[in-house]
Amino acid sequence: MSHFLIFLSAFLVNNILLMRFLGLCPYFGVSKKIDTAMGMSMAVFFVMLLASWITFFIYRYLLVPFDLIFLRTATFILVIASLVQFIELFLKKNVPTLYQALGIYLPLITTNCAILGTTFLIIDYNYTLVQATLFSIGTALGFALALLLMAGMREQIDLSPVPAAFKGAPIAFITASLTSLAFLGFSGLLGLSI
Amino acid sequence: MFKNFTEGIFKNNPVLVLMIGLCPILAVSTTVKNSLGMGAAVIFVLILSNVTISGLRKFIPENIRIPVFIIIISTFVTIIDYTMHAFIPELYDNLGVFVPLIVVNCIVLGRAEGFAYKKGIVASFLDGIGSGIGFTFAIFLMGTIRELLGSGTFYGFNVLPQGFQNNPVIFIILPPGGFLVIAFLMGIMNHLKRSQA
Repeated sequence: MSHFLIFLSAFLVNNILLMRFLGLCPYFGVSKKIDTAMGMSMAVFFVMLLASWITFFIYRYLLVPFDLIFLRTATFILVIASLVQFIELFLKKNVPTLYQALGIYLPLITTNCAILGTTFLIIDYNYTLVQATLFSIGTALGFALALLLMAGMREQIDLSPVPAAFKGAPIAFITASLTSLAFLGFSGLLGLSI
Repeated sequence: MFKNFTEGIFKNNPVLVLMIGLCPILAVSTTVKNSLGMGAAVIFVLILSNVTISGLRKFIPENIRIPVFIIIISTFVTIIDYTMHAFIPELYDNLGVFVPLIVVNCIVLGRAEGFAYKKGIVASFLDGIGSGIGFTFAIFLMGTIRELLGSGTFYGFNVLPQGFQNNPVIFIILPPGGFLVIAFLMGIMNHLKRSQA
């Protein structure tokens, strides 16, 4: 049950975009169309799962035994950057169709704080490998849910009359605020708190 | 030279105009104290990474410049991370994961790539201070509004009447309030820009 709670908490209650405020750049940057939002969500899902596994093992079996915890920030960001490069090369060679779909979003992920933030949170919460896996899957799905909701709403907003000063970014933030308010309702779910 | 300094504060304010580095702005701006702490950490990293990258720009090969920038930035982030953890643990706990996350803050990498890699040390230093103050200004503004409305205090001091403090607008301190406050700040900025033009 507690494993299910970890998943649910990462997915809805502590949604990474709307409650934790991690990864806001892609949330506002690529949420203008549903297609691009879909591509970005898939790329994030892919990288987040691999990154959390790899950093989990590096932290537990390299940094902790050799007393190098202070290198955590530098190591994790380099691991993520090279992982993204590696995935890009691998997909380009072996799965060209998927590469076409994810192509331009992959490099952007290196500086996506959602990925790095998730790897830090897994360490901070002292999760086991199974818990870390569920946590990162839940987080990635929560990211996808929030991003797709936003993209769908922004496609509609483009067609609506918006006060001149609020065109573009400001109205997107107000939309995000209302979505976040709706997600706040999940905080009572199963007795989970923020 | 002075322009390097002022541009980052107003005309090209990284947060309110360019819309980068949003995550910490929304996450830690629940009180003025947290906002200023975050601002100081970002100014520290920005100045030192700008100066270092500008000083080393002749030795950094163009093809691998981004990984090199990231290593330089993460060094300074680790320094400020451990310093804050040792000397101001209370503030450090409030800021949480957002201190190590300065390493992926688009402002720091953006200034490294867009300015420090091309310009001299003094200009980069001023640009670092300017962009850092621009960030701090935005997060301070958010922190002030959210703390005043959300708890009726300013930097922990009682400002608004007791009656308000007993029933503050809690919504503003919760995550949706962060989005709402920055939406209105950006709306006001847009309006000012339009009326100027």
